[in-house]
Amino acid sequence: MYTQALDAPQTPSAPTDEDERLERFQARIDADEKIEPKDWMPEAYRQTLIRQIAQHAHSEIVGMLPEGNWITRAPSLRRKAVLIAKVQDEGGHGMYLYSAAETLGVARGELVAQLLIGRAKYSSIFNYPTLTWADIGTIGWLVDGAAIMNQIPLCRCSYGPYARAMVRICKEESFHQRQGYELMLTLARGSAEQRAMAQDALNRWWWPSLMMFGPSDTDSVHTAQSMRWKIKRFTNDELRQRFIDATVPQAEYLGLTVPDPELRFDAAAGHYVHGPIDWSEFHAVLKGDGPCNRERLAARRSAHEAGRWVREAAAAYAEKHAGSARAAQAG
Amino acid sequence: MSPAAEPARATASAEDRFEYVLRLGDTSLIAAQRLGALLGHGPALEEDLAIGNIALDLLGQARLLLALAGRIEGRGRDEDALAFLRDAGQFRNMALAEQPDGDFAETIVRQCLLDAWQLETYESLAGSRDRELADIAEKAVKECRYHWRFSAGWLVRLGDGTTESHTRVRAALEKLWRFTDELLSADALDARMAVSGIGPAPALIRERWETRVSAALAEAKLERPAQRHYPWHGKRGVHTEHLGHLLAEMQFLPRAYPGVSW
Amino acid sequence: MNEDWMLYEVFIRSRSGLEHKHVGSLHAADARMALEHARDTYTRRQEGVSIWVVRSSEILASDPADAEALFEPARDKVYRHPTFYAIPEEVKNL
Repeated sequence: MYTQALDAPQTPSAPTDEDERLERFQARIDADEKIEPKDWMPEAYRQTLIRQIAQHAHSEIVGMLPEGNWITRAPSLRRKAVLIAKVQDEGGHGMYLYSAAETLGVARGELVAQLLIGRAKYSSIFNYPTLTWADIGTIGWLVDGAAIMNQIPLCRCSYGPYARAMVRICKEESFHQRQGYELMLTLARGSAEQRAMAQDALNRWWWPSLMMFGPSDTDSVHTAQSMRWKIKRFTNDELRQRFIDATVPQAEYLGLTVPDPELRFDAAAGHYVHGPIDWSEFHAVLKGDGPCNRERLAARRSAHEAGRWVREAAAAYAEKHAGSARAAQAG
Repeated sequence: MSPAAEPARATASAEDRFEYVLRLGDTSLIAAQRLGALLGHGPALEEDLAIGNIALDLLGQARLLLALAGRIEGRGRDEDALAFLRDAGQFRNMALAEQPDGDFAETIVRQCLLDAWQLETYESLAGSRDRELADIAEKAVKECRYHWRFSAGWLVRLGDGTTESHTRVRAALEKLWRFTDELLSADALDARMAVSGIGPAPALIRERWETRVSAALAEAKLERPAQRHYPWHGKRGVHTEHLGHLLAEMQFLPRAYPGVSW
Repeated sequence: MNEDWMLYEVFIRSRSGLEHKHVGSLHAADARMALEHARDTYTRRQEGVSIWVVRSSEILASDPADAEALFEPARDKVYRHPTFYAIPEEVKNL
């Protein structure tokens, strides 16, 4: 029952009061207490959360597009069903996240509007195209794999509604990565053409997947404060390393080559060491110059515009029949 | 040929049963294919979720029915062989199912008219003498009940919403109504299936469909378009131009890389 | 023209015998749509056997600022709890 309506912003108080509040707030976080919607929270904490949750929600929604691109072309009815269920889940996850963001006093409509005018960010990975069927497997395996690495710690995030949404999302996502890997396995064990398709997809998605964890810790602007607030539990580089350590053996099992000539296993450290990431590409895609940024936003905008008369019609109908619709349900 | 003109038979021929099950299975498959393409492009996030669920239900029905058709045929074709390796002329879906999604009104009208037909058909088929078909129908009827609830709910909201939505939904209804002829006009195969106790009585389906749809149209403040004779029936393999394009897209991978598994 | 739908809170009973539990929110134009959206969004994996939806604006919530006044007075009423009472161990069935 966490609504924006219930969640009127607190009136600012005297500075001394504010310091004391901040201190008490931090003490609650340090004691691993959850912060709930109506609790006092520093404005910066609220804004950081809104930004992060919205970005996460937008990523789910935009993320429906590259995979949705293959629903009509899935090569078996079983794969088609799996893909529809997965893309639909992503819509659901977007909803859970918008729902969590709305508890912070911002309406979904506002957040969506920011996305549509190009002011909100979403995960850059979805600005890459899905060119072959193997991309669908690779997204499940790598992109969802990376997302899960990122998301599991968020289940313990200090903000209650976000943490609860993440618990639900992580539970549902467990099938996403597995189906992707299973799809890759089928291709890897298939014909030479199918294996080539799988390798090509890995070549294209490997580096963008590593970039999903965000800039290197030395360049990440938000990390320190977010970690203090327990909005973030591990640094970008820590999570990236975990992902590489988990994924490289999976690629080897598929008989595929990770497209990083410098990749090697450091036995002493127990970790893989990877070659340099091309951050100029990351920043270019982030700025809007990726292969599909325009197409993704255009698709979201067109759905929004084309749907306006539908949303208006439903609202108008509800207005006309206010009372009777509710009465019909009461029985 | 009227049902009375034919002697009642204990069993229908395998060819008839195959054809008949394809009519049901292909209709669900093609409708699922249409709805699946909408995912991520709906008028609201919540509608994407709803449409995803309906597409999954229809696809599930299609898989069961095509697998059954393959078993009846006995030539080793499974659900995927039937879905991906037949050309348009061999598809037996109702032409209504293959009609494209122009705007949300067309989607809703198509689904509404089809949902009503599927709901009544499966409700009857749940009592079919064909045990396998009856089992599938029993599962499908619950799904169809929800689909109808969704599409009829939207038909009413659009019909009784704004001037724009009313205009759009009326246009969609005018455009798609001719394809309802096929749903309700029983041909010789429908009649033989009814006589053998496998398929529903066509007159019953027509009557119940009419009642259901008329009530929804009335609530939506929409007038029922005039019925025109439209004998080009997808269920006999005579389709609109849309099906070829739909199949070209749907079947691309198995056609381009024959003989491999996915 | 208004295109914004209302915010509804969703409560799901996961199986009979259990209470409805808050699971999240959604947007809908009317109550019937809210129930259907709740079904489509929050019960995709058999999470429920019953759904409640309620307009978010109709929920009244306590203010965290009142938490002390509301909940602390219960703290010293230890005599409400069975462990408050010392009973000799030999006495059974109490």
